[in-house]
Amino acid sequence: MAKITLDQVRHSYAQNPDDDLDWALKEVDVTWSDGGAYALLGPSGCGKTTLLNIISGLLRPSRGRVLFDDRDITDIPSDKRHIAQVFQFPVVYDTMTVFDNLAFPLRNRDVPQAQVDARVHEIAKMLDLEESLHNRASHLTADGKQKISLGRGLVRSDVNVIMFDEPLTVIDPHLKWLLRSKLKELHQQIGSTMIYVTHDQTEALTFADKVMVMHDGMVMQIGTPVELFEKPKHTFVGHFIGSPGMNLLPCVIENGYPSIDGHQIISAQKLDIPEVAKRVEIGIRPEFVSFTPNGLPVEIVKINDIGQYRIVETRHKNTTIKIIVAEGLHIPTADPKISFDPAYTHVYADGYILT
Amino acid sequence: MKGFKWLTPTLYILFLMLPIYWLISMSFKTTNEILGHFSLWPQEFTLDNYVKIFTDPTWYNGYFNSITYVVINTLISVSVALPAAYAFSRYRFLGDKHLFFWLLTNRMAPAAVFALPFFQLYSAVGLFDTPWAVALAHCLFNIPLAVWILEGFMSGVPKELDETAFVDGYSFWRFFTKIFLPTIAAGIGVAMFFCFMFSWVELLLAKTLTSVAAKPIAATMTRTASTAGYELGLLAAAGTLTIIPGAIVIWFVRNNIAKGFALGRV
Amino acid sequence: MIDKTTNQKAWFLVAPVVVLVAFNALIPLMTVVNYSVQETFGDNIFFWEGVKWFEQVLHSERFHDSLLRQLSFTSIILLIEVPLGVAVALSMPKKGPWVSVCLVLMALPLLIPWNVVGAMWNIFALPDIGLLGRMINGIGFDYNFTQQPTAAWFTVILMDVWHWTSLVTLLAYAGLCSIPDAYYQAARIDGASSWSVFRYIQLPKMKRVLTIAILLRFMDSFMIYTEPFVLTGGGPGNSTTFLSIDLVKIALGQFDLGPAAAMSLIYFLIILLLSWVFYTLMMRNEEQ
Repeated sequence: MAKITLDQVRHSYAQNPDDDLDWALKEVDVTWSDGGAYALLGPSGCGKTTLLNIISGLLRPSRGRVLFDDRDITDIPSDKRHIAQVFQFPVVYDTMTVFDNLAFPLRNRDVPQAQVDARVHEIAKMLDLEESLHNRASHLTADGKQKISLGRGLVRSDVNVIMFDEPLTVIDPHLKWLLRSKLKELHQQIGSTMIYVTHDQTEALTFADKVMVMHDGMVMQIGTPVELFEKPKHTFVGHFIGSPGMNLLPCVIENGYPSIDGHQIISAQKLDIPEVAKRVEIGIRPEFVSFTPNGLPVEIVKINDIGQYRIVETRHKNTTIKIIVAEGLHIPTADPKISFDPAYTHVYADGYILT
Repeated sequence: MKGFKWLTPTLYILFLMLPIYWLISMSFKTTNEILGHFSLWPQEFTLDNYVKIFTDPTWYNGYFNSITYVVINTLISVSVALPAAYAFSRYRFLGDKHLFFWLLTNRMAPAAVFALPFFQLYSAVGLFDTPWAVALAHCLFNIPLAVWILEGFMSGVPKELDETAFVDGYSFWRFFTKIFLPTIAAGIGVAMFFCFMFSWVELLLAKTLTSVAAKPIAATMTRTASTAGYELGLLAAAGTLTIIPGAIVIWFVRNNIAKGFALGRV
Repeated sequence: MIDKTTNQKAWFLVAPVVVLVAFNALIPLMTVVNYSVQETFGDNIFFWEGVKWFEQVLHSERFHDSLLRQLSFTSIILLIEVPLGVAVALSMPKKGPWVSVCLVLMALPLLIPWNVVGAMWNIFALPDIGLLGRMINGIGFDYNFTQQPTAAWFTVILMDVWHWTSLVTLLAYAGLCSIPDAYYQAARIDGASSWSVFRYIQLPKMKRVLTIAILLRFMDSFMIYTEPFVLTGGGPGNSTTFLSIDLVKIALGQFDLGPAAAMSLIYFLIILLLSWVFYTLMMRNEEQ
């Protein structure tokens, strides 16, 4: 068990990175505290797998240090780091039985046989693998194999952190849910740090206590699912999380508040400092927009009924604003106007939130 | 340990190159030098051996003969193997497994067993001493091989591709030529490579089925070496030249050669 | 695995193959069978002889010797080429410009006409003018493959290793390339030694291609004719007379068609039988 710190870590796959584009990871400074369940969320190619491989020691970062409990382990090989990793595609040793698969990491470390037996049975019980313990691993289904991959991590008692690299990609949808709750349950049972990489926001938000959103080799925000939802620190986070994502409306700042075409909007904070920025936008989630008698005039483009609520796509000049309207609420047809909930109305300058 | 990993392939390639180097170096030596004194590289560099091959029709015709039957064989083998491999990869039909196995057993037939019957067969049908005789005879082992390789590649193409095309109104042959063949282009390349290879290197049947008009280069070589005594320089030059077509073909398929085998089915 | 549909019309697609192969296989095979049960004194006059030739071949010491030589030769080259080919494949680079260079150079021997291989090794190994012959004699061994049976065997085996190990290498390499990186990464995290990685990851993943390699090498080495014939002519004495060489000697040299035909059939059956045994043994684990 350990606290994990990435100290000014940067990584590039190029030999001599000179261009900004050469960096797969641009300066990451994070600390994961012991026993947390974290998710690393971001689109494909944002550097999340790179980051994971740096923690597991499969990659050595070009710059910076990796610390486990303040001990510099940047140059320590993977097998000495006491970590476990579950990959996107299940890795099982085909020729071995399930038992031998689970025992493999222990036998490699010369653990006495009696201890191996006890430990394997304990883990197999946790993962509901007891019945197939003496079957060949190659005959299992994808989720069974993924459980073995996980089991090989859990079986070691000295594991600092278990990392998951999009582990549910090849699992059938109805089993995904089961396996995810199993993970959650295991986390509570054994309490080791878990880092879960995914591009699926539902997976990230349901699994993790804290989510780290990455984009383009940078960490955009670390926060609880609620924080990410209510107060995204960057327009990317606002857009990436939520369905549909956050609305962004170009605006100017007058008297400390944003305004659109002369319509004053009340934001969460009064903005004291007049900003010199190229792009100033209001960010507001569709959940926090409502039709009101007074407010910003819009025209309705289309209404999408998805059962419990409707997504109304409206337009003000050239800006599209999506609104979520609960079932049963009235959608005005003539001269609709909208207003924003001030508590969740944020202003972004060049993508970053103003406070 | 890790730093010396390149050593094994390097030594191995060195071992592979030594006899070839010796052959090439000898092809530039005069007969006197070869028999007279031992030298690691040609002391009296000469192109005479090559000049002789390129000016004497019995020599250069040998090349054309070889290439003719190899090309004919490759084309026949691959083009008949394509529909057959498709059938094996897509359909179940009466006796399919036995047929597939029977085809493969022909790959195990020793050429020596068939040399004499082939001679009689092709004499009887009047093809003896033509490139067609050799090309058809080589089909015996090349067709099974081509079917086997192509079947492996085709099984890797999802059946949905066929179904979509038929739903879109493609006729079978139009689908086969316009959509399916381009999809497995790599497999066709690999199959052609192996057909070329085994037809090019085989000599026993090629020699048995030809006498003068269609004599392959490799056979010309054997005769010269044995009858004209020690014309080793000439032999080496002819040998060197037979390596070139193979080298060119390998260069073209270098990216698919490993893949081709991996996809073949056992 | 593709779900196949039953369609008897597929026979039309395989018909050309069947016709061509049957023409090449069945007619000559029938000729062979025909000869194997008859005696001839020329002029196309044949007498029924039953299984006489088969009995003669099966009891002849000459056939036993050739078969024994053939079996030893095939076992030796399999024992050398398979481990060597795998070892080379394991140490080959996975990516980069050297991959193409390695593949092309290694495949080169496979595309040299078989008699050129024999001729090349002849002039390479001759004790007076060959580089290899000079080298071996230079380090103090008395080596002359045209005179000494041991030297002839050594040369023939070395030649076959030179000629065919690359086939094993290429196949093994193809198998290795199909292993996803995640396996190696997982093994590193699990603390596996290089031996464990080989034993539990690389070897199982190479199994299928190695089966093909062993089968091909077995069949081809069992049928070997041209290379040793050009190199040693089967000599000195009969020391490198393998089955095919012996067969051609009988059939074309002495024109003993009956015994030659009987021997052909026995020979072919042995290959089929051994291939089948190999295949079943290697595939047995898969079924479990």
